[in-house]
Amino acid sequence: MNFRMIGRIISFILIVEAIFMLPGMLLCAFGGQSWSAISFLISIAIILAFATGLWLITRKAPKGFFSRDGLVCVGLSWITMSVFGALPFYISHEIPSYIDSLFEIASGFSTTGASILNDVESLSKGILLWRSTSHWLGGMGVLVFLLALVPISGRNDGFTMHLLRAESPGPDVGKLVPRMKQTAIILYGLYILLTVLDFIFLVIGKMPVFDAVCIAIGTAGTGGFGVLNTSIGSYSPYIQTVCTVFMFLFGVNFTCYYLLFCGKIKNVLKDEELHWYLGIAFVCITVITISVRHLYPTFGDTLRHSAFQVGSLLSSTGFSTTDFDIWPALPKAILFSLMFIGASAGSTGGGFKVGRALMAAKIMRRNVRQILYPQRVEVVRMNGRVVDENVLRNTNAYLCTYIIIIIVSFLVVSLDDFTTATNLTAVVSCFNNMGPGLEGIGPTLNYSGYSVLSKIVLIFDMLAGRLEIFPILVLFSRSAWKRR
Amino acid sequence: MKIIVAGYGKVGSALTRQLSAEGYDLTIIDSNRKMLESGQELYDVLGVYGNCATMDVLSEAGVKNADLLIAATNADEVNLLCCLTAHKLNKNIHTIARIRNPEYSEQIVMMRDSLGLSLLVNPEKQAAQEIERLIRYPGFQKRERFAHGRVEIAELRVSADSPLNELPLSQLESETKCHCLVCTVLRNGEAITPRGSFVLKEGDRVFLTATTNELARLLKSLGIVTHKVKRVIICGGGGSAYYLAQMLDKANIDVQIIERSAEKCVHLAELLPNASIVNADASDMTLWESERLTADDAIVAMTGLDELNIIISIYVQSCGVNQIITKLSRTESSAVLDRLALGSVICPKDLCSNTIVGYVRGMKNQTGASIAVHRIADGKAEATEFHVSKDTPNCGVPLRDIKLKKNVLIASILHLSQCLIPNGDSRFYPGDTVIVVSNSDSAISSLNDIFE
Repeated sequence: MNFRMIGRIISFILIVEAIFMLPGMLLCAFGGQSWSAISFLISIAIILAFATGLWLITRKAPKGFFSRDGLVCVGLSWITMSVFGALPFYISHEIPSYIDSLFEIASGFSTTGASILNDVESLSKGILLWRSTSHWLGGMGVLVFLLALVPISGRNDGFTMHLLRAESPGPDVGKLVPRMKQTAIILYGLYILLTVLDFIFLVIGKMPVFDAVCIAIGTAGTGGFGVLNTSIGSYSPYIQTVCTVFMFLFGVNFTCYYLLFCGKIKNVLKDEELHWYLGIAFVCITVITISVRHLYPTFGDTLRHSAFQVGSLLSSTGFSTTDFDIWPALPKAILFSLMFIGASAGSTGGGFKVGRALMAAKIMRRNVRQILYPQRVEVVRMNGRVVDENVLRNTNAYLCTYIIIIIVSFLVVSLDDFTTATNLTAVVSCFNNMGPGLEGIGPTLNYSGYSVLSKIVLIFDMLAGRLEIFPILVLFSRSAWKRR
Repeated sequence: MKIIVAGYGKVGSALTRQLSAEGYDLTIIDSNRKMLESGQELYDVLGVYGNCATMDVLSEAGVKNADLLIAATNADEVNLLCCLTAHKLNKNIHTIARIRNPEYSEQIVMMRDSLGLSLLVNPEKQAAQEIERLIRYPGFQKRERFAHGRVEIAELRVSADSPLNELPLSQLESETKCHCLVCTVLRNGEAITPRGSFVLKEGDRVFLTATTNELARLLKSLGIVTHKVKRVIICGGGGSAYYLAQMLDKANIDVQIIERSAEKCVHLAELLPNASIVNADASDMTLWESERLTADDAIVAMTGLDELNIIISIYVQSCGVNQIITKLSRTESSAVLDRLALGSVICPKDLCSNTIVGYVRGMKNQTGASIAVHRIADGKAEATEFHVSKDTPNCGVPLRDIKLKKNVLIASILHLSQCLIPNGDSRFYPGDTVIVVSNSDSAISSLNDIFE
C-alpha cells in the first residue's frame, strides 16, 4: 500500500475542507456569533496543522498507485474528512457530544441528511451553512473536486482513474473525455450550473437568500439537511415544486447532461436507466396520489406532496413537506421500497442505483432462462451494449454485500429498544443516504435517541453507502494495512 | 490536440506512454477489455472497447473532432481499413498506419497515396535498418543521428579495463584527445546528467555526442578495435530478419539465418536466394560450436522470445564474438538487463513510436516546438532538436551564464551548417539548431522550457 501517496492526497483534501469552512466562519463573524466564528477558526487551524504535518511526512512518495490504493485512499480520506469536519459543531458546543457531531457531519458528507438535532433552528447560521456545504462537497465527491484542481501526482498517470472509480457511484464508472482533469471540471461545472439554477429559482420564489443557498446546495448533493424544523414543509407550494424538480434532476446520471450539452439528445433519450428512473417516479407518484387523496384538501396539494416525497426518496435527498408517517400502509411501503432503489448511477444520489437494480433484474431473467434452456447462451445488455461479465459479477457481489450489511447493522441497531420498523428504516435510510425513516425516525423526528454504538454503526452505514461499500469495507481487511 | 490510438498492443502502449506524457488528449481503442483496462489505469486516457475499423466505435472514440488517428493493431489490413473509415468520417484527420507484412512493402507508397494516409510505419523494417547501421559502422553500442546525420549521439559501455574507468569527465578531452561531450550516463538504470567532476565507473553506459569523424578518433584512442564484419548470423526468421538479410545482401555481407520452423525456412529460402538458411534451434549450444564463431562475426538475436535472445547473446559473448545485437520487445525491465552484457539492444516498438512521436510534434508545429525527438538511454533521457528563433531568450549569451533546468544539457549547436560541440563559451544565435538532452521526467516540448 502506498501510504505516503495516500497521506499526501488526504492532506490536499483537508486543505480543501478547510477552505470550504471559511464561508461558515465568515457568516458567524458577520452575524455577531463570535464564539461560533472562533470555533471555526480553531477547527481550521487544527485541520491545517494536521494537513501540513501530513504533507511534510509524506514527501518523496513512491510512484506505484494501484486500484487497492485508490480504494483505501478514498475510504480513509472520507473518514478523516468526517473526523475533522465534526470539529466546528463540537468546539462551538452547538452539538455538545463529539459522536453526535461526527454523526451529523458523516450524514452531511454522505449526503444522507439524517440528523440528531431536535431543534435545527437554534443553531447559528454559519454552522447550518457548514452542514449544508458538506452535502455539496459530498455529493459530487471531494476527490473529484481535487482532481479538477490540482495534478496530484504532477505526472500524467492514469492512477487518478482509481480515485474516480472508488468515489463515484455506479457499476461502471468511466471518464467523459480523455483527460481526468477535464472530466472532473466538466462534472463540477455541470454541478455548479445546476446548483446556481436551483438557487435562482428558489430566490424567485421569495425564499430568504440564506435559506435558498442552504436548500440549493443541500438539494444539489441530494443531501437533505434543512434550515427549518419542518424541513421544506413551511415554504410556499412554488418552492416545494422547484425542490421536487431539482431533486429529480440531481438524481439523473450527469453523463446525460454532458451528452445534452454536446447535442447528443438521441443518446440521452435512449438511456435505459433514465427511462426506468422516470418510469418508477411516474408510477409511484400516481399510486401514492390515489391512495392519499383523502388526506389533503385539493388534488393539487395531494399531487405536490406525493411528487415531493417520491422525488425526495428516489433521489435519496430526504427533504419532506409532510409527515408521511401518517400515510396509509401502501404509500409507506412504496416509499420504503424507493429507499432501496435510489438514484441513477453517476448522479449525486445514493441507494442501490436504478441502473444496478436494472442490471440485477436482467441477470435474474437470464438465470431463469438458463434454468429452462441450459444450453442457451445469452449476454446482458444495457443501452443495447453488451455488459462485461466482470461488471455483472461485481453487481451480484455488491447486491450480496449490500444485503448482508443491512442485516448485520439492523441486528446491532436493534440493541436499542425501538420498534422493528424504526430500526429497520433507520439502517436502510442511512445506508441508502436517505435521511428520514418511518415511525421513531419519521420526517418530523430524528436519530438523537440512539445509543453511541448504534450511531457508530449508522455512521459506518452512511459512509459505506455513499462510497458504495467497498472503499470502507477494505479498511477492515488486514491486507489493506500491510506496507507492501 | 486530440489523438486516437487504435490497438493497444506493444507499439500502442509505447505510444500512449509518450504521447500522454506530452499532454495530448488520447483515446485508445482495443477489442481486448483487459488490455484496455490496464491502459486506462496506467495513463490518463479514455478507453473505447470494440473493433477499431467500424464506424460506430470510431465515432464513439470521437473521430469527428480528432486530429490524428494512429492504427497500430496487429493486423495490417485492419489498420488500413481503420484509417480508411476514419477518413470517411472526418476528411481532415491525419492517419498513421502500421504495416509490417513484408509482402506489402513493395506497394507501401501506392497505398499511402491512394488511401490518403499521412504516414506508414513498419517497426520491423526500422529495426532492420537500425541493426544494419550498427553492423556496418561498428564500435559503439548504438548510434543516433540528428540534424540530417551531422550530429550523432553514440553509446559506450565502460568496461573494467577501459581507459574511461575511474576517469573524471573534466579530463576526458585531454585523455582521449577528442572533442566530445558526455550527455547522459546510465548507471543502475538511472539516467544522470553529469557535470565535470563526475567520475565514470565500470558498468556505466555513456551517451556522448561528437561529429562523425571525432567519434571514429575516439574509438581509436580508447583502443576499441573495430573489425569489419564478414558474416552476420541472424537467429530467428521473422519479418525484420528478412529485411535485414536483404539490406546486408546489398552490402555484400554474408548472411546466415537460423530458424526453427522448417516451413518458414523454405519461405525465406525462396525470398532470399543469397542467404544461407539453417533449419535449427538457436538455443541449441552445439549448433554454435559447429559454427566456429570468430571475432569477425556479428550475431543478431532476434527470435520472438526475449528470454531466448538474452541467452543467445550471453552465450555467444563467451565465444568471443565482438558484435552482438539483441532484439528485445519489452524494455521495461531494462534496469535489470543493464548488468548483462547484451551488446547493442534494439527495441522495434520504441523505434516505431519515436517515429510517430516525431510526426506528432511536427504536426503541432508551433514556434519553438521541437523538430525531432530521439529517445536515448532506454527511454530514460531524450535528445530533442530545436530551432532557435528571434524570440528565444538568452541568444548570444555564453552557455556558462545561462541557467538551465536541472538535468538539461545543450549537446550541440548547429551554426551555419557547422556542428559545434559546445563548452562554456559557446553561444547560440537565431537561426541555429540546438540539440538538447534532457531527463525524460522533465517534459520539454519547446525550447523555452529548458531555461530556469
